[in-house]
Parts: sequence; C-alpha cells; structure tokens
Amino acid sequence: MLTLMLKRLAMTIPSLIGVVIVTFLLTRALPGDPAAYFAGPAASPEAIEQIRASLGLDQPLPVQFVHYVIDLAHGDLGSSLTTGQPVAAEIAARLPASAELTLLGLIVSMAIAVPLGILAATRPGSAIDHACRIVTTAGVSLPVFFTGLILVYVFYYLLGWAPAPLGRLGIFDSPPPTITGFYLIDSLLTGDGTTFMASLKQLALPAITLGLFALAPIARMTRASMLAVLSSDFVRTARACGLASYTVVVTYAFRNAMLPVITTLGMVFSFLLGANVLVEKVFAWPGIGSFAVEALIASDFAPVQGFVLTMAVLYVALNLAIDMLYGLIDPRTRMDA
Amino acid sequence: MTALAATARHARYVISENPVTGLAFGLFVLIVLAALFGPALVPIDPLASDTAMALKPPSARHWFGTDQLGRDIFSRVIAATRLDFGIAVASVVLVFAMGGLAGVAAGFFGGWTDRIVGRIADTIMAFPLFVLAMGIVAALGNSVQNIVIATAIVNFPLYARVARAEANVRRESGFVEAARLSGNGEWRILVFQILPNVIPILVVQMSLTMGYAILNAAGLSFIGLGVRPPMPEWGIMVAEGAAFIVSGEWWIAFFPGLALMIAVFCFNLLGDGMRDIVDPRRRT
Repeated sequence: MLTLMLKRLAMTIPSLIGVVIVTFLLTRALPGDPAAYFAGPAASPEAIEQIRASLGLDQPLPVQFVHYVIDLAHGDLGSSLTTGQPVAAEIAARLPASAELTLLGLIVSMAIAVPLGILAATRPGSAIDHACRIVTTAGVSLPVFFTGLILVYVFYYLLGWAPAPLGRLGIFDSPPPTITGFYLIDSLLTGDGTTFMASLKQLALPAITLGLFALAPIARMTRASMLAVLSSDFVRTARACGLASYTVVVTYAFRNAMLPVITTLGMVFSFLLGANVLVEKVFAWPGIGSFAVEALIASDFAPVQGFVLTMAVLYVALNLAIDMLYGLIDPRTRMDA
Repeated sequence: MTALAATARHARYVISENPVTGLAFGLFVLIVLAALFGPALVPIDPLASDTAMALKPPSARHWFGTDQLGRDIFSRVIAATRLDFGIAVASVVLVFAMGGLAGVAAGFFGGWTDRIVGRIADTIMAFPLFVLAMGIVAALGNSVQNIVIATAIVNFPLYARVARAEANVRRESGFVEAARLSGNGEWRILVFQILPNVIPILVVQMSLTMGYAILNAAGLSFIGLGVRPPMPEWGIMVAEGAAFIVSGEWWIAFFPGLALMIAVFCFNLLGDGMRDIVDPRRRT
C-alpha cells in the first residue's frame, strides 16, 4: 500500500516539472520587452539595459530558467507591476476566499447530484430519470457567468433575498479573526453567529452558481455507475438473499458505485477551478481569480504567471489526493502493488 | 456508394428515434445561416448608438431592448453569431489538424513519437483548462486569433488521445500489413491507410468539443480578453450587461447569454447525435 502511494507520489513529479516549464515559457513568449515595460515609456535605452541586467533578462534562456526555479524554491513569484507588492503574499492572502467558494460549490453540487443520480438509476424511465437527463445535458451548456447573473437578478433584484454581489461580507460587517482564512469556519470557531450568517448569505449565490455548473458530470457519472452496479451479480445475490432494498441500494450498490464518481472528481475540479475565475468576476469575490483578471487587464504578467502556477499546482495536488483516496477506499487497487 | 446510403439510412433512423437530435440539427442550420448572413440581415446597424434610446426594455422596435449606448441588442446578438461561431469553428479545425496528426503519428509509430506526444498531452492536462487558456492568451497577446489558438491548445489532449488509440489498434491490422507488403512507405500508410479510418471518429470529437470551444471563448472575452468593444460578441455583451443586472436592466445581459446557451446546447445535442450515427455502440 505504501509503495503504491509512493509510486503515485512520484508520478506527480513529471507533471510538476511540466507545469514549471510551461509557466516559464509563457513569460518568455510575452510580446514586447518586459525590461522596456518595467522602465516605463520615458526611459532611456541605457536605463532599459540596466533594468534588463537587473531582471536577469540579458542571460541566456537556460540560465534564466535556473534563476526562475531558484526563485520558486524560495517561494518568490515576483512582484506586481501595478502595486509593487510581492505576488506570493497577495495570492496567499486571497487563496482562502477562493478555496472556501470552490469547496462549498463542490459540496452543493455533490449534495444535489449524487441523490439525483441514485434516484434516476433506481427508477429508470421515470420522471426523475428524465429530470436527471435534462439536468445533465442542460448543465454542461450553461455558461457559468450567465447563470450567476440570472441568480443575482432573481434573488437580489427581484426577491431581495440575497445581499448585493459585492464580495465576502457586507460593507458594515467586519471579518472574523483569521484562523483558517475560511470565514464560515473562523466565525464558528470564535462563536460569532452574526458574521457566520452574513458570510453564508454572501457565499450562497456564488456557491450555488458553481454547484450548478459542476452538477452535470457528477450526476451523469453517478447514474451510469449505479446502473452498472445494480445490474451486477452481487446485487442480484443480495436481493435473492432477501435483503431490504434500502440495504441493497445504500450499503451494497452505493459504496461500489462511488468509485468511478471519485475518479471523475479530477475532471470536475478542472471545471471548478476554471469556472471559479468567472464566478469571482460576477460576484466581485476577492479571490485569486479576480486578482488574476485585474492583472490581465493591466497587462501585469507576474500575478498572472503566479496565478496559473498556483492553480496548476493545486490541481496536481487535488488529483494526487483523489487517487490516494481511491486507493484507501477500494481495496482492490492495493493488490496490484 | 452503398455504404453512404446505409449511413444516410442509419442517420435517418437515429433522427426519427431521437427527435431532439433533429431539433438540434434545425438549430444548427439556423446558427450557420445567422453566421453567414446575419450581419447583412439585421434590421438596425449593430454598432449605431442612439443615446436618446439608451437602456430601453424590449419593445416592438427593439425586440431585445437597447444597451447603455442605445444600440439595438437584437441586431448585436444576431451579428455576434459570426464571430462566436467563427472562433469555435477555427479552433476546432486547428486542434483537429494538430491533435489528429500528432495522435495518429504517436499511435502508429509508437516509441519516442508516442512518448513526446503523450508527455505534451499530460502536461496540458496538468492545468485546469480555462486557467491555462487564460495564461496562453495573456502570454501570446490579447487578440481574437490568440483566443482561437488557446482554445485549440487546451483541447489538444482530447484529440491526440482519441486519434492515438484509434491508430494504435489499426497499426498491425491486415490492410496495413497488405499495404506494407506491396511496398508502401510508413508515411504513405499513415496518410492513406490509417488517417482515413481515424477521421470519422475525430469528426465526432469535433462536434462534441464545439460547445466547449464556444463556452471557453465566450468565458475569455467575458473577463476582458480577446474581443474588444464595440465589436458584438456574446461573452463581452454579457460582461457589459453585468453592471446593469443589479439595477434591474436584465435584457442587456440576458439575450446574449441566452443565445450563447442555446448555441452550446445545440452543439452538445448534435455531438451526441453524431456519435450515435458514427458509433452506435456508445449510445447513451
């Protein structure tokens, strides 16, 4: 088991090397001269040369790459051109906001998609099966920023149930003391019920938007794998032995059917992390996605590079965690080692 | 010829069996017509602003209302079809050529070619796709052309993997051996024996990824990349309307978003229908 996990861990190394090389190449493909950009429009050629030397841009590419890797190893992602702040600190400060939103979105979609898929699989051809099919086809067609805006219109403008889509807390609320950076958890830990409700209200719409987006692949996979498991021999045997249909579906079929669903979570995370950027823009969410979007508009490359790198490393780590979880849940994968 | 007739019969069967595919095909024809003739047919110039008529809700004259500059949203939505459809088609054709060729070569030659193509595909898959597309557009420069390239690159692994698998199973098949024995070179076999067999499967892949390509491109322009105002494009129109949602002017963002949704929905249904026609075993 341990060797298997170590093997899987070793498999992430080429991915990480690939990620670092690609993010490095993305900077070098940047049109224009970063040194001239740094120096500003009024700089003399000598000043530009000086900046080029101080940035290390006069070195050959392999040397620049080594410098880049050394900086990364020190946790240095460069500085933003517009604010002058180090990118790594900025991303670290904004990451909890994005993580809280993404995780809550995942919870929302799992809470809807898994029961929906199971009900559809246990009653094929029924109304709920058709509902599941419509949801899975429509879900992948919804542009996530469009769903977000419709939810804002209905729940903020028409019904007035949701607060204005302007970030993690209302103007008059103060954030809880930072323990984990997740407002929901921090406010619970400090026993601050008002802040908890305020941040939950702000989170509801963006999390539902993300959840609706990730719903389709999870529901589709749950339905398909439940159908496959329910028609297998051991379920027939369990039924023949006279077990209650609840026991058969929940204890026997569900646990086996969850394995392929866990595998699809990798793809779901790819969707979620990308959609996160769009949702953050719609809801003015102060996460790393909106940080990257602001930098993109200002052609400020260091934050964008740091953002792409952070997201990719996160995604590689999530895939690793999913595979490890799979190994823990499914005893059969341990036999192969 | 009989094979073609059989395919046509099977296509008719699939459409009659599943009327939704027929509906999707009808919508597809409408979208293509709007892309081809839309800009010539629209009642009002999509770029003409009329500040006296700004932010008016849908009416008999302006079916979809007007935006903050008094431009007619109906005309803009129709005129935008060409750009959105064009971006999607261009990126899908580009990745069809790149991914298809690379994948077929990887599956047919194996060895180093296979390892290099596989490594490139794995590296792309290590990124959340939309995030990588953002990074590519930021690095290459903010233009429509680079949105096409970025959308093609993030779809590369899908095409390369399908093409590789299909080429790999045919590598040792009888007709390839026969071609080899009659003195054809490896490249000739690749182009004239393997490629024609892989293309139908890749065409299905194209229609399946078309919806994603439109969503990806619209998402990029929603965050302000690629398309510049005042050019009509669905993603950027939704972005322009986003500021007015909180004050209740819903029509500015709603209609372009709806058009985008319908287009993606249509392509996804069409992709499923195409798959049923080409590969009946994978029917869902």
